[in-house]
Amino acid sequence: MRIEGSAGTGGMAATSNGVQVIDIAGLTLTFDTADGPVYALSNVDLTISEGEFVSFIGPSGCGKTTLLRVIADLERPTGGHIRVNGVSPEEARLRRDYGYVFQSPALYPWRTIEKNVMLPLEIFGLPKAERRERARTFLELVNLKGFERKFPWQLSGGMQQRASIARALSFDPRLLLMDEPFGALDEIVRDHLNEQLLRLWGKTGKTVLFVTHSIPEAVFLSTKIVVMSPRPGRIIDVIDCDLPRERTLDIRETPAFLAIAHRVRDGLRAGHSYED
Amino acid sequence: MTATLLLLAAVFAGAAAALGHVHRPGVAGEAGLAFWLATAGLWLLATVAVSRLARLEPRAPAARRVVDAAVPLAFGAFLFFLWEVIVVGAGVPAVLMPAPSAIAAKFVASLPTLGADFVQTFVKSVLSGYAIGCTAGFLTAIVADRVPFLKRGLLPLGNFVSALPVVGIAPIMVMWFGFDWPSKAAVVVVMTFFPMLVNTVAGLSAAGPLERDLMRSYAAGYWTTLLKLRLPAALPFVFNALKINSTLALIGAIVAEFFGTPVVGMGFRISIEVARLALDMVWAEIALAAIAGSLFYALVALAERGATFWHPSYRQ
Ligand SMILES: Nc1ncnc2c1ncn2[C@@H]1O[C@H](COP(=O)(O)OP(=O)(O)OP(=O)(O)O)[C@@H](O)[C@H]1O
Ligand SMILES: [Mg+2]
Repeated sequence: MRIEGSAGTGGMAATSNGVQVIDIAGLTLTFDTADGPVYALSNVDLTISEGEFVSFIGPSGCGKTTLLRVIADLERPTGGHIRVNGVSPEEARLRRDYGYVFQSPALYPWRTIEKNVMLPLEIFGLPKAERRERARTFLELVNLKGFERKFPWQLSGGMQQRASIARALSFDPRLLLMDEPFGALDEIVRDHLNEQLLRLWGKTGKTVLFVTHSIPEAVFLSTKIVVMSPRPGRIIDVIDCDLPRERTLDIRETPAFLAIAHRVRDGLRAGHSYED
Repeated sequence: MTATLLLLAAVFAGAAAALGHVHRPGVAGEAGLAFWLATAGLWLLATVAVSRLARLEPRAPAARRVVDAAVPLAFGAFLFFLWEVIVVGAGVPAVLMPAPSAIAAKFVASLPTLGADFVQTFVKSVLSGYAIGCTAGFLTAIVADRVPFLKRGLLPLGNFVSALPVVGIAPIMVMWFGFDWPSKAAVVVVMTFFPMLVNTVAGLSAAGPLERDLMRSYAAGYWTTLLKLRLPAALPFVFNALKINSTLALIGAIVAEFFGTPVVGMGFRISIEVARLALDMVWAEIALAAIAGSLFYALVALAERGATFWHPSYRQ
């Protein structure tokens, strides 16, 4: 399934030498706006190893999207140190180390759903038959079978978001950056996709950075939960989530699960009171 | 439904009777008060009929399409009827305003002349000028988009040139390119170039920031981003320019012929037939220009629908 060549392989080699997938120290980002500076990220330290599933949780506007965008080289930090797979974010982006699921679907309206999913594969130069095959596989994975020939605007918001997830998965990146990918979905579909994502992660050993507003979702999916607080955007707690790797949805009723969820909630509360 | 159709049929019959009556000797040019009152009554009736027709909303898509087409047709037909009846009934001199029937007769009688004029003006000047002007404007926009100083320099110049009157450019082009159609095509090139340039430049920045970020995350280069994102997003703007230019080109070519031309062409014909007070021929040329211009525009609009079906204004 992997794409050979420059994409990804370099990163693998680097991480197996003991380099962290994400290595961030003292990272700051200040937006200069007309109403003065906005401190979106302030002094963020974070390391993430290969194969981890890290959730980011925190109140709206605390800089979760900004942090993901810095890692993806879509935003330049104003200070601090950042390495992705041992190289600068720009180099990591240029060698196509990551797949990004944006907070909104960003599908191109002139392309069918299938063609949208095949867009990165087209750009990476995969043969046509393989593009078809992968689009089919991943559209099935996100339950969009039968909608291949529809256009994005003929689908509901949640379906569009699922198509954008299929698009990010289609080229099998080692690093997945997902910004509230399941925010627009109903509870049942969300549960289903949580399980699918967990299974995919278990099978492929990808590193996943996952932004969410849902505490149960964060605890269910993650090996590590990063709690953030706003103004300035900081990390206030990193919680290890040492539940067994093989998880089913029933785990959400267990005491171990609830204990972790409790700790996340306390962290979020502390962040909120800090703001007042 | 049936009432509306009956009403329409009545209006139609009344109009036919009035048309037959008005051409009779003794009525033509000296129609009495009763005739005008009857015409006014017919007008009222027609207004009611058409407004009822417009309010009909049949279920079947085929019937709906018929109604959608019938409303403007009925409206247009009635305008022509009024024109005919008033001009003939009141005996308006043909120099001021010929009747539609007279224009149609002249049109049919001078088909060979009209055909030659059409080839000269539309096929040679308009089409070649339009193709060259639009293509050049499009390509220049892509270059200007890449080279910031060109964009800053060309766009104000574009506004300046758009403000230049055809009557100013046409004689200069005749000096440069001679009397025949190339000088008219050159006028059309000048007129169509800048609308296309300005619209395409605007269209190239129409793609949203998130859509661009997506391309960036794939490490897509300039050309990939242009072909797969920015040009498709610019298409509605490009088609807007194509539509504007389809009308501009025809006007430009016709007016340009007022300033020296071989003895053929729609603009040439209009200018000499006016001088000879042969207004029916002038009107026949105007009708030809209207038909050619509308068909041209419709063709571009049709292509637009096919190419930008995804745009919010066309989605079904
Ligand atoms: N391009 C920008 N220019 C100026 N300010 C910005 C920009 N992008 C984000 N910000 C500001 O940075 C802060 C963090 O924004 P960010 O989008 O990272 O929040 P978030 O945690 O993702 O919130 P949400 O959960 O609502 O998505 C906000 O206060 C926002 O207003
Ligand atoms: Mg966000």
